[in-house]
Amino acid sequence: MSHINVKVAAIEQVTDLIKHFTFVREDGQPFPVFSGGSHVVVSMNINGRIQRNAYSLMGNPEETEAYHISVRRQEKSRGGSVHMHDALKVGDSLQITFPVNLFALEKRARKHLLIAGGIGITPFMSQIADLERNKANYELHYAYRAPEHGAFSKEIKANIGNKLITYVESEGGVLNLRNLLSKQPLGTHVYVCGPGPMVVAMIETARTLGWPENHIHSEQFTAPPSGESFKIKLTKSALEIVVPPEMSMLEAMEAAGVDAPYLCRGGACGRCELEVVCTDGNLLHHDHYLSEAEKAAGKKIMPCVSRAKCDLLEVVL
Amino acid sequence: MSLAFKKETFRDDYTYKNSVEAIKRFPFPFPEDTYMYSVNMEPHTKGPKGAVTEHTFDIDEHYVSECLDKAKTLELDPGRYAVLPHMMDAQWDFLELTMESLSTDYPHLFTLKKDGKNWTWENKPLSIKKSFVFGDVSTLDMDPFEYMSRQVQGDFVLLDQRNDTLYADAGFITSQADWSLNFDVGMAWHEWHGPVPQVTKLGVMDRALKYLMSMQLGAPVRRLNWTMTINPRLDTSPENYPLWGGDRNTVTPENVGKKVHLRVELQTLFRLPRSNGLLFSIRCYLINMEELSTFPRWAKRFHRVFRDLHSDLAEYKGLVKFREMTVQWLSKFDDGADIGVGTHPE
Repeated sequence: MSHINVKVAAIEQVTDLIKHFTFVREDGQPFPVFSGGSHVVVSMNINGRIQRNAYSLMGNPEETEAYHISVRRQEKSRGGSVHMHDALKVGDSLQITFPVNLFALEKRARKHLLIAGGIGITPFMSQIADLERNKANYELHYAYRAPEHGAFSKEIKANIGNKLITYVESEGGVLNLRNLLSKQPLGTHVYVCGPGPMVVAMIETARTLGWPENHIHSEQFTAPPSGESFKIKLTKSALEIVVPPEMSMLEAMEAAGVDAPYLCRGGACGRCELEVVCTDGNLLHHDHYLSEAEKAAGKKIMPCVSRAKCDLLEVVL
Repeated sequence: MSLAFKKETFRDDYTYKNSVEAIKRFPFPFPEDTYMYSVNMEPHTKGPKGAVTEHTFDIDEHYVSECLDKAKTLELDPGRYAVLPHMMDAQWDFLELTMESLSTDYPHLFTLKKDGKNWTWENKPLSIKKSFVFGDVSTLDMDPFEYMSRQVQGDFVLLDQRNDTLYADAGFITSQADWSLNFDVGMAWHEWHGPVPQVTKLGVMDRALKYLMSMQLGAPVRRLNWTMTINPRLDTSPENYPLWGGDRNTVTPENVGKKVHLRVELQTLFRLPRSNGLLFSIRCYLINMEELSTFPRWAKRFHRVFRDLHSDLAEYKGLVKFREMTVQWLSKFDDGADIGVGTHPE
């Protein structure tokens, strides 16, 4: 994977739980322009262990002096967001990947309906810059728990005015997906990013209302869940690697020096897919990429988020 | 590098020729004695010096004449340029990529000055100087994609990524090896590649699609493809088949060396930044059998490849009519010696 070496240029505490990081390139060059909805994978060194997390780029894609991400502190996670919040200081060096877009706008849409929950607002912040530039027809519906959680609503309101509609739960605001989706003109595409239950509810509602599958877009990155330790065997290199409870298969392979493919590291893109040869236990699929039938067949696994409950899992790599 | 641009033609009197240096840097595509279709992708990294891959886009001694030939083909058939309306971001991506690459790689030939969105482009070989506002089509004489496609050798297709596949939604195609843009614009990956034989059963196209869809910014890739053309003709389009199809019947044992050309395409693919589309660039290199055989190693290799080529592929590439004569002509260079693996000329 190609990387860009960056420095932390600024850190802003946006809400109690959210920090906004500004990165500039170490070589002083401009960043590449990117497309709205793109993310980068940030590599961090947590006490000698390399962890890589994907974060949406939320700046204007045309502004190339800096990249911006926002990180919500997740106490229950494996330490990536806590590391970003507590350890990272202005001036620190990091490595990020080039931007990747798994949540692209469908440019032929007659209308774009953007639905954000909480920190799920970030990919839409770069998308609205693209939509404004192309004078597209769109609305942004942004739901959050309480005024202090609506991280960027003021800034967005100032940019796009009444194309932003907010729903503040503590003030009784309710985003009624069924009402919203049922009154959209033909040719509308809907995009959702937010907590898992919200994403599932939106997709199910759209399907129930008969929306074509390719008009429904979602982005959901799963953090790799921990689990029991197990051993993997790589057929081509004949390497045997132990996956410890707090590491993903992908991370364990990387720690063993294996150059395994990946893009999103959140079970969304399919790039890291491995073919399963055999196992003496069960696969525990956590990705959003394989179909239910593929998961049941047990021939493929996404090592970025999925694990196995077994002694030995043999995969082709 | 200072380049002398040759005055030559790719039609009518066909004065196209390769210099000794051009022959030596020809992208010969056969590392082994047998050939079968494969997804032979590799990173499009720059180098080595002098090779056609030294720079992001190769500008060679044929540059000026080839650009004139493109303009001529487009003038005769404006349908060779087509773009769907949702591709405007990708058009500007293309203009930016080509202008930045050419001005960085060939600063004595091309310059690009930027003052915010106000850009000035100078192309010395074609005597073009133009100031315009990046992102504002009304300040260019034409679409940004057409503007720069006319100034870079090769054909260009802009692909849009949606519905888990790739759509060819824009193209500037004036040197295609028997495929048609009118037929292909707006088509999805599998429709586009439907006719290639021996490929569906290999699952090659599914794997290639998955690979391309996960292509990353800053990591372009390339591959070589090949066919053969009678006379050094760039425009071998299906629309103009009557103009060139009959040339296959004009090959004789006496003129094989001059008329029969190996046609190699350097295909490169780039992820485009603001559109998230892909650029597919197809750059054509032509070399006749006489030029090729100035390096006996290449003549031996090509003799074996062409002689043993699968008949489906020979049929698909349209090589059947002149295959026997060409193999016969090449056989005089082939002593059967083992020449090892690799595409090097000597």
